[in-house]
Amino acid sequence: MAERSFAREVETLRAGEGEIFRGEGILAVAKALLQSGVAYVGGYQGAPISHLMDVFSDAQGILGELGVHFEQSASEAAAAAMLAASVNYPLRGAVTWKSTVGTNVASDALANIASGGVKGGALVIVGEDYGEGSSIMQERSHAFAMKSQIWLLDPRPNLQSIVDMVEHGFALSEASNTPVMLELRIRACHLHGHFAAKDNRPSPLSLRQAMENPTRDAARIVLPPMNFDHEREKIDHRWPAAVDYIKRHKLNELMEPTSGRYADLGIVVQGGMYNTLMRALELLDLADGYGRADIPLYVLNVAYPLIDDELTAFCAGKRAVMMVEEGQPEYIEQALHAVLRRADLQTKVVGKDVLPRAGEYTGQVLKDGVEEFLVGYAGRNRSARQPAPPLSLADVPARPPGFCTGCPERPVFTAMKLVEKELGPFHVSCDIGCHLFSILPPFNIGNTTMGYGLGWSGAAAFNVPDSNRRTISVMGDGGFWHNGLTSGVGGAVFNKNDNVLVIIDNGYSAATGGQDILSSRPGNVSRSTDHTIEAAVRGVGVEWVRTIRTYDLGLMRKTLKEALTTKTKGPKVIVAQAECMLNRQRREKPLFTAAVKAGKRVVRQRFGVDEDVCTGDHSCIRLSGCPSLTTKPNMDPLREDPVAHVNNDCVGCGVCGEVAHAAVLCPSFYRADILFNPTQWDQTWMKLRQGMIGALQGWADRRRLARAA
Amino acid sequence: MTGMNPHRPIRISINALGGQGGGVLADWIVDLAEHAGYVAQATSVPGVAQRTGATVYYLELCPAAEDGREPVLALMPIPGDVDLVIASELMEAGRAIARGLVTPDRTVLVASSQRVMAISEKSEMADGEMPASKVVAAAQAASKRLVLADLHALAERNGSVISAALFGAVAGADALPFSREDFEAAIRRGGVGVEASLRAFCAAYDLAKSGVVAVPVAPTAVAQPPVRTASELRQRIAHILPEPAWAYAGLGVDRCLDYQDRAYAALYLDRLAAVAQVDEQFGGDQFDWRLTAAAARYLALWMTYEDVIRVADLKTRASRFSRVRAEVRATEGQIVDVAEFMHPRFEEVCDTLPDAIGRGLKESGHARRLFARFFDQGRQVSTSKLGGFLLLFGLARLRGLRLISHRHRSETEHIEAWLASAINAARNNYDLGVEIIALQRLVKGYGETHERGLRGYGAILQTLRPLIERPDAAAVARTLTQAALKDDSGRLLAREIAAVGGPSMIELAAQ
Repeated sequence: MAERSFAREVETLRAGEGEIFRGEGILAVAKALLQSGVAYVGGYQGAPISHLMDVFSDAQGILGELGVHFEQSASEAAAAAMLAASVNYPLRGAVTWKSTVGTNVASDALANIASGGVKGGALVIVGEDYGEGSSIMQERSHAFAMKSQIWLLDPRPNLQSIVDMVEHGFALSEASNTPVMLELRIRACHLHGHFAAKDNRPSPLSLRQAMENPTRDAARIVLPPMNFDHEREKIDHRWPAAVDYIKRHKLNELMEPTSGRYADLGIVVQGGMYNTLMRALELLDLADGYGRADIPLYVLNVAYPLIDDELTAFCAGKRAVMMVEEGQPEYIEQALHAVLRRADLQTKVVGKDVLPRAGEYTGQVLKDGVEEFLVGYAGRNRSARQPAPPLSLADVPARPPGFCTGCPERPVFTAMKLVEKELGPFHVSCDIGCHLFSILPPFNIGNTTMGYGLGWSGAAAFNVPDSNRRTISVMGDGGFWHNGLTSGVGGAVFNKNDNVLVIIDNGYSAATGGQDILSSRPGNVSRSTDHTIEAAVRGVGVEWVRTIRTYDLGLMRKTLKEALTTKTKGPKVIVAQAECMLNRQRREKPLFTAAVKAGKRVVRQRFGVDEDVCTGDHSCIRLSGCPSLTTKPNMDPLREDPVAHVNNDCVGCGVCGEVAHAAVLCPSFYRADILFNPTQWDQTWMKLRQGMIGALQGWADRRRLARAA
Repeated sequence: MTGMNPHRPIRISINALGGQGGGVLADWIVDLAEHAGYVAQATSVPGVAQRTGATVYYLELCPAAEDGREPVLALMPIPGDVDLVIASELMEAGRAIARGLVTPDRTVLVASSQRVMAISEKSEMADGEMPASKVVAAAQAASKRLVLADLHALAERNGSVISAALFGAVAGADALPFSREDFEAAIRRGGVGVEASLRAFCAAYDLAKSGVVAVPVAPTAVAQPPVRTASELRQRIAHILPEPAWAYAGLGVDRCLDYQDRAYAALYLDRLAAVAQVDEQFGGDQFDWRLTAAAARYLALWMTYEDVIRVADLKTRASRFSRVRAEVRATEGQIVDVAEFMHPRFEEVCDTLPDAIGRGLKESGHARRLFARFFDQGRQVSTSKLGGFLLLFGLARLRGLRLISHRHRSETEHIEAWLASAINAARNNYDLGVEIIALQRLVKGYGETHERGLRGYGAILQTLRPLIERPDAAAVARTLTQAALKDDSGRLLAREIAAVGGPSMIELAAQ
């Protein structure tokens, strides 16, 4: 079960013709797929399209009614390979993932499907994780589209345009026998808006019918000599067919200006950048808020392929056009130059010379860029700059992401820090997942991260038999099942690696929103879970395996130390196990509240710090970083440093107490067991204890007062 | 452009921290606007920021056009172009201001003034908190209208969460063209925790309506003149000490009485009197008696060093029991069991024993081998249960033996050497003397933390000794102190010490 539930929202997927659909971008995409008669969907979660997977997962009832198969693919490569169902049969299918990282993983299958071509519409929805909020390297999916000749849709970021492009995407794919990629930027994925719904429709051919009546066409398989034919087919047939479809359905939009003021200029813009550009124009007094601008616009809802004659028609007679293209390299701008050169048009192309070569194109960036364009080509004066704000970013603290309150991954890195203190620093190879927050304060652990599931492979070179040091690699359970089991663990066994791998087994693909995986808790009715990591690791030949509870900091430290120093040769794997606290709380909190309400005897645990015992060194925070472990002003007027403080968000995971023990910090921490609905015996016993303790305390208080009198 | 947009969309930025309910707030605003016939668009950039980082939600609300045309709405705020900024935490309000989103010509700023410390602030070894005053002043300067109050506390008082309070403050600030009833209806339609949300909403609404900018004042402890102190000791303070030292001296006497007894408090004053005497010789009146004042403060802290007896005493007091109950929000009569996390080591046991025995044991490798294994594990002691309480209560009663303990002996040596160094330095360089007194700040905590502090303190003291003649020695002392407080591995301190030609850490360790 995922972190965010769409159980309520998925009901909106039933909306029919004539209804207005209101909701998030990702739901709109799901709805558009159902309206397109899709037969199967799949993908791999990751921001910003994690929620699309969650929506499919929560919508399995509706998908079932329409006969749509939903596959939670093992990886993006697996998802892309699933599109093979559209090669021989007129079945529409869609898969989704985070890009460019997911597209990297998928590109083997993608290149194959693009080479052989498809019969049924094949759509890849990529969440373009670029700009603010992104967590990956800043690259473009555009390159993948170009290298494999996959058509790339980049719709204007409003739900109606996005939905229209999903529907066109399938038709374009079928018209040109080519898979189509639809790119959604981060904000578009999370966009709340509305569009006019249509009825959902089942796939005309069902998966079952196709499967029971198999057909094959050897010409679709990528092997010589067909592979050479495929390349020619792409150029001679599929590309022209795509261009024809795009032109005929006017997928790119030409927007005539409201006045002739700037008729000799123009702006070519990626569809996804349209709204930001329009706001920039509005602020420059060049557009109203309803899409009417003073400058002619050509909006590329199809970012690849470009339609050469539409471009030349737009540019003909213009002194200059501005190309608004986010990211680099500026493929479209380069292509535009080539198109104009071939057509022998002298229109100037302005782009990355007035806009930054790298980085997100925010409203401010576009506003400045367009102004610069007009200063150069329309004699516009530069507007006055905004006065600087009365505060700078240096006046506020940075907020790097970190482990959640009570996170079970925290003690793993606390243990590593303590072991490093004892044995000296180690080379630590990290992976992708929440555990990568270890590289940030307060842990500052980790040297590299090479990709999902590649934690151990990232340290493969350090397989040095005569060294007395070992490397530590980290992998999450998500990355482990994605490919780490074969690439990392299998590789280490085969290559006789002598190093250490820590697998963080928190029961979910946690960083992407808590989706279930093979080793998740039992109880998922639509998936088979509860397959342990230890069994898998042993299955590929690791002999030294320890599965331990992460919260047992002492044992974690001891086990790490043992793994790093044992005489036993061969790969060593520690499975550090404890359920993701975010998900656990989501499950258990309502149960606890219900139990309290029902009058059951239950105990809530939380931690605290005695402010008069704490001396304000904050070692505990440097070894933990729990959001609920924070500081507050020191009420002792003689002391100056803030004291540690546990706020009421504490979930009682116990790590701070364990840290105080293991690191021999201080006796300031206490655990409070707060009892709800006590029994009669509880109450009697408490009164008795309190009576005696209270009497002693009274005596001590009187003596203390007497000393001061 | 001819015919500007007659319906300028309202631009709203919600600046929150992951997990603070920024999404719920955005949903309410969208629902509110759509029910009032507006076109509403909302978007966000959560990503990894969901995990404790800063998140931004951006909304635009536009009245539907008469001719049914669809507005083109933006997906991100542009500096200088935002009508309403809602910030769930003071520094997030600051971040919005620093990003230019709050401008005096148009922006209503509704912000909660409570602090959620960033990791960089709370992991400092001393005080790493960013100053709030700067942000508050900027908020006043940058906004067209400001609602600033601790809405987190307000929400908690009403059994709700901050999103409901922020929503109420937005309504109360008249920041959106919708009625109070419209706002409340949106909460009801949301259907989750409706009653509590409405309570927080109303309280925040009233607060914002009253137009109060509740400028947050961090609760700071102010040095008070002595009140509880035994009268003859109080008289002595006024008699033997210059006035600038009175407040700290009063607190110091109180602390020594609380820690040990009357004679100990008198010893504290004797030591201070000695400092005051030399301070006078050094012309202390020209220096505001800073040497004595600092000594009044730091001597009190050093003399009341944290030992097992002190911790046991503090943990078993009645006042502490009620503080814990309040902190964990136990209701009247609710049973709360308290487990203390203690990790007494072999060293602490030796420290508590009479000096001759304690030192003997500590130095005996045999005894260490024999006993240390009993102390390699932390222990949980339940002070709410009789056994655990009596154990700590009994330890606290060892106060009578404290002054003959091994620990006391070594602390006394340290204190006397420290005061002597400070006085010796002050003779040539008054400011350096004051800085040496303030080095006590480094010696705090327990166990390994205390050892690390003492190491840094010793290294700095030794480095400063040959520098007494240097006019900038006080500045060097401050730099070294900061370095010790900046990096607990000691590497930064070692570098700084090397930079002023001090001994290397290896040399120090060898001594």
